[in-house]
Amino acid sequence: MMANLRPLGLERAWLLIFLLPTLFGLALGAFGSIFATLSISFMDWDLLTPPVAAGFSNYVGLPDDRLFNQAFWNTLAFAGLYVPLTVVISLFVALGLNRKLPGTTFFRIAFFLPTVSSPTAVGLLWTWIYAQDNGVLNEAITALGGDPVRWLSRDVALYSVVIANVWGAIGGGMIIFLAGLQSIPRDFYEVADLDGAKPWQRLWFITLPALAPSMFFQTVLTTINAFQAFDYIYILTRTGNGNSNMPTLVFSIYRSGFRFFRMGDAAAQAVVLTAIILVLTFVYFRLQKKWGATA
Amino acid sequence: MNRTADKRRFWGDIAAFAALTLGALCMVGPFVWMISTSLKPIAEQYDMRLIPQTMTLENYPRLVDIMPIHLQLLNSFIIAGISTFGQLLTCSMAGFIFAVVRFPFRNVLFVLLLITLMVPAQVTVIPQFIVFRFLGLYGTQAPLYLPAFLGGAFGTFLMRQYFLTIPSELAEAARIDGASLARIFFTIYLPLAKPALAAFAIFAFMFSWNDLFQALIYLPSNMEQTTVTVGLALFQTQYAGQWPLMMAGSLLAVAPIILVFFFAQKYFMGGIAMSGLK
Repeated sequence: MMANLRPLGLERAWLLIFLLPTLFGLALGAFGSIFATLSISFMDWDLLTPPVAAGFSNYVGLPDDRLFNQAFWNTLAFAGLYVPLTVVISLFVALGLNRKLPGTTFFRIAFFLPTVSSPTAVGLLWTWIYAQDNGVLNEAITALGGDPVRWLSRDVALYSVVIANVWGAIGGGMIIFLAGLQSIPRDFYEVADLDGAKPWQRLWFITLPALAPSMFFQTVLTTINAFQAFDYIYILTRTGNGNSNMPTLVFSIYRSGFRFFRMGDAAAQAVVLTAIILVLTFVYFRLQKKWGATA
Repeated sequence: MNRTADKRRFWGDIAAFAALTLGALCMVGPFVWMISTSLKPIAEQYDMRLIPQTMTLENYPRLVDIMPIHLQLLNSFIIAGISTFGQLLTCSMAGFIFAVVRFPFRNVLFVLLLITLMVPAQVTVIPQFIVFRFLGLYGTQAPLYLPAFLGGAFGTFLMRQYFLTIPSELAEAARIDGASLARIFFTIYLPLAKPALAAFAIFAFMFSWNDLFQALIYLPSNMEQTTVTVGLALFQTQYAGQWPLMMAGSLLAVAPIILVFFFAQKYFMGGIAMSGLK
């Protein structure tokens, strides 16, 4: 129950003390940062010399910047593969686990294991799997008589990186969907059985509509994660010169801002990234409203 | 029920079981390979047998000789520990106020807090970096745990949702007996919220322990000061192709969280499920 204590006298002081860290965090950490990042994006600043006003030059330069272009399209391609794959696979895993088969506890732990493991450490393992010479995958392919694949080269890295990221994200989605499945009332299915519903009809007309809120939540969350993905990409695709075979926006921000200390440039890219996330979230919410109204 | 439905259900179960087994192998297999490789002598690293022909623990001391990974593990542990404490304290305090006390602008403030969930870390990190540099804290561990003491949307939301399930009569009765807000929080609400605190603590610790981006920014090169994730990333560039050493390091970095996970898996999964509830 929502309690509604009205603070009296000294309690007002406690209220302030308890909220102070959060208020600071909101003012400085979140909204202050947005404002600061926006301001910095209109400056040139290398942190050694005083910042210089730069107008829109940091933004105007972006479309002509080859690295930014690469990063921009890589990020979109990555999200376009990563989001549907993660949502659909974790949905299927949850549907399978919800059949209450023997070994369900083991399966749940197994699918969740990658989600709790450090992407840096597991990323190194994936570099071993993907390695061009004597890598695990290529050894298997050549043993079967195929030609080795350059898994982490420019042309293939996108797919290799998506696989590693999806592998690491299935567990989280699975838990969300399992919680959603378990909250569907039993009697829905009993009524369907009485009517002689076939399994696919139960899935299509009961399970999936009932899971719509979980699917919406999971899609938004996975999309936000997709645009912020960094660890696996850094470990798997970094090249000797500090660039990447598959730079994303986050990688590009990291490189401009914290390797080359071009703060204005990095801030402008961060603003672009945030704008994309905000627009997509807005679109999702509109779609949910539309579907919610017809359902 | 009729026999065709039972039969269909049976074959469906078989198919699901087979698919889940295959999937689980893909999930666990890489970890088994990690352990196996870490136990192989370097000379036999390209021997693709799952059970090493010669089993050895020599990679672990060799790794410590090359890189102070024991210090890095300790650094990660300290940073994650302090961050977790900061998050638990500040988020549960704010969650308590949002759940229990009525004050002006409560809903506006709460919505503002939730909006910050959508602000990517890459936006906050640029000004944060400049501030910490200005304060002379660049190159120290402080930037990795100080922000944890400024609350956070995820934790505050999680704790608030849990505090809402606690009957408000408890707080009201205590208040009539003259207990202060702080007393009500520390003696009634916190002890009752142990499951939520445990779930959130595990998450906060895991996020901090697994973080690479922030650590890479603030502690990019000092091998003794940095975290195990940065250590591994640096190791990767310097000792490429020495897979048994690398896998030994990776195993040391994932083992603590996996161990906690095995013993507290219901809190892990509970935390995720809780965050998904409306």
